[in-house]
Amino acid sequence: MSEVIATDATFEKEVLQASEPVLVDFWAPWCGPCRIIGPIVEKLAGEFAGKVKVAKLNVDENPVTAQKYGVMSIPTLIIYKGGQAVEQMVGVQQEAALREKLAAFG
Amino acid sequence: MAEQVIIIGSGPAGYTAAVYAARANLAPLLFSGQEPGGQLTTTTDVENFPGFPNGIQGPELVAAMRAQAERFGTRIVDEAVTAVDFSARPFRVSAPSGDFTAKTVIIATGASAKRLGLDSEKALYGKGVSACATCDGFFFKGKEVIVVGGGDAAMEEANFLTRFATKVTVVVRRDALRASKIMQERAVNNPKVAFLWNTEITDILGADVGHVTGVKLRNTATGEASEMKTDGVFSAIGHEPTTKLFAGQIELDAKGYVVTKNGTSATSVPGVFAGGDVADFRYRQAVTAAGTGCMAALDAEKFLESEAH
Repeated sequence: MSEVIATDATFEKEVLQASEPVLVDFWAPWCGPCRIIGPIVEKLAGEFAGKVKVAKLNVDENPVTAQKYGVMSIPTLIIYKGGQAVEQMVGVQQEAALREKLAAFG
Repeated sequence: MAEQVIIIGSGPAGYTAAVYAARANLAPLLFSGQEPGGQLTTTTDVENFPGFPNGIQGPELVAAMRAQAERFGTRIVDEAVTAVDFSARPFRVSAPSGDFTAKTVIIATGASAKRLGLDSEKALYGKGVSACATCDGFFFKGKEVIVVGGGDAAMEEANFLTRFATKVTVVVRRDALRASKIMQERAVNNPKVAFLWNTEITDILGADVGHVTGVKLRNTATGEASEMKTDGVFSAIGHEPTTKLFAGQIELDAKGYVVTKNGTSATSVPGVFAGGDVADFRYRQAVTAAGTGCMAALDAEKFLESEAH
């Protein structure tokens, strides 16, 4: 699997200190639209392997990180670069649009 | 070569049309659109879809429909259609991956939740303003929220949000609810739900601090203005049909719904059919959408047969 599972405990190391840009998918099992964006994110993780790191963060189990970044709606996707959140997208994103976004960072 | 049938939309109407068209050997091509699965993906328990005596989760129901459509050979493209051309045949349907042509098209693009239409609503979207209580209720644990609207959807959201919020205030523009009896009773009898009658929201506060802090209200009877503190605003004020794509191509009514003819799914363009909420301002149920999606597939099949002779 090309996606990384991020948690409150590993977020600093996996995401903020990563050398490459990181796309984080904030999700939860009970969120219908998250199930739609899940496979899209997974597919793009494969396509951008080595260029953009893709992580999933379950907000149910990791409320601290979600709260820290003001996530109050899921699915939310945040792109981090050099430890900073540089792009935040709320709601289901189209595959093509998301690919374009990632291409700009990758 | 032109497709026999292209289906635009992936709610109960689109998937039911796909099941029927696929079983009629029409090898339908279905575009799942901007919000694959449609409105069912943002609901919780569906208790009124026949065949599920204990209810079923909306996302599960629509996922099962998708699987059923695929089982009979529906090809699903997870893209949103960007343009259509119904002025010549075969019809043209454009998507990010290319242009497609089809002998018949079934429109099942459904409807989406109306927004309040405030600038502050847009600015605070995902920061306390939400269009999906089932997705975002979790973030309002121990907080106070507002639900706007007086229909079934508003009652469902209000009840659902009491699992997390300490208090849910339903803001209703009139002095009565539109919701069905059973949904009204659940909300009215819920000790965490309060109602504000004859009231509308004129502004959402908190853009300066990056999250919702309150709302400005106006009494629709007296005109009196007030403010109220809140952490979240969920609106459930009805739906509008997703028909921008078809403006100028087929007949739409004054509210933007696709006009269908005499109890069939036929639109103003022969060979283009419509099913589900996109052509239904009245019933708007998962089961009626499935029913009219079925009608659209049967009508398309008959149309193709008549063309072949």
